[in-house]
Amino acid sequence: MPAESGSNRRPETGAFFQRDRTWHPPALTPNYKTSILRSPQKALVAFDNTLSETSGPVFGHAMLGELDADLIHNFARPGESALGERIIVYGRVLDERGAGVPGVLLEFWQANAGGRYRHKKDGYLAPLDPNFGGCGRAITGEDGGYAFRTVKPGPYPWPNGPNDWRPSHIHFSVFGHGFAQRLITQMYFEGDPLIWHCPIARGIPDKAAVETLIAALDMQATIPFDARAYKFDIVLRGRRSSLFENRLEGN
Amino acid sequence: MVQSLDRLKESPSQTAGPYVHIGLTPNFCGIGGVYATDLGATMVNDKTKGERIGLRIRVLDGTGTTLKDALIEIWQADADGLYNSPAEMRGAADPNFLGWGRCPTDMETGLCTFETIKPGRVPFRDGRLMAPHITLWIVARGINLGLHTRLYFSDEEKANAEDPILARIEHRVRVPTLIAERKGDTYVFDVHLQGEKETVFFDS
Repeated sequence: MPAESGSNRRPETGAFFQRDRTWHPPALTPNYKTSILRSPQKALVAFDNTLSETSGPVFGHAMLGELDADLIHNFARPGESALGERIIVYGRVLDERGAGVPGVLLEFWQANAGGRYRHKKDGYLAPLDPNFGGCGRAITGEDGGYAFRTVKPGPYPWPNGPNDWRPSHIHFSVFGHGFAQRLITQMYFEGDPLIWHCPIARGIPDKAAVETLIAALDMQATIPFDARAYKFDIVLRGRRSSLFENRLEGN
Repeated sequence: MVQSLDRLKESPSQTAGPYVHIGLTPNFCGIGGVYATDLGATMVNDKTKGERIGLRIRVLDGTGTTLKDALIEIWQADADGLYNSPAEMRGAADPNFLGWGRCPTDMETGLCTFETIKPGRVPFRDGRLMAPHITLWIVARGINLGLHTRLYFSDEEKANAEDPILARIEHRVRVPTLIAERKGDTYVFDVHLQGEKETVFFDS
């Protein structure tokens, strides 16, 4: 398993910027009830990154299958396709310095067009779509860009309050270059009124931070008579550059 | 006004939710045929260097109940203490060991098992050696931002005693929360999210 970076850049080895934990949802968000018993209560122990945090595995494009980024077809029977509003989701993975991050493994999962997950724990009334599995993955290119095709997931009710509904969303797992960049988040859709009712989205204290998770409808990236497009950029922790250390990197 | 630093803000985290398996371990939850195997399910092969060990990890909530919908990823050095990563500048790691694994907790028992090797020692920022350890990243429904902790080994008492990260823990009574107990070839590690035995989690 030789490391395949998919990039000609010099590897970066600097420590990551301190995480702004006021920008993330706190561990305890009581309106999202499950967090109450699953949130650490003691102070986190802080330390500057060691090699265990600045390093991380590399996933090469070779691991990808032909349909990995096509959720409309990757679970469908031959000649068939998933039901729902056809969309393209595209964007870039950047770091906090604004640079595109190549070679990032993105894994996505979502409910089907009716708001039902293909999972034995999901008992929502909406039917499963025999042609929709709900998972896909991609690896970012040299400029940090990625794209995949899917159907727009439906909103669904969930057992939290007596009548809580999740807005339409796609889960993203993001694997950057350092293990300390590891991130899972969710993408929401422009114009969805349920976002502002959602205890999970509203666990993020700053409205401006929530807005960074709302993908914009991009009519210029649509495929006429086929699919609309949503643009979703993701930002990972940036690395400190070491201008005045031994190596010149990241500048 | 001053000039802008032109920095972006990290995307805020959101919970992995109860259906994390669909995205990260689809074969585990019955979605077959999309990926040949689940990523991170196998860490070692016949040629991997080092002592074979097993990890048996559980994650427990504030009532002591075992989570059955969590997912754990681990990241570790090879037997010589080298990471299989472009950020590793000290030499080439074992090509038969990526050092990364992913395991969902069993839906019935909550148990998470890894078959791996015992890692070598990795230097701290100042060159002192850290004790052998494995980095854990834990996500689940109800966890808003992935939790970062480390697993150290009970049979490395001397190395643990001089580990610079363990040394940072002010409340010494909490250090054992990071030390996995050796039983045969297996290390047993319980992660307590809350309570008296709350595991030390890191901000790094």
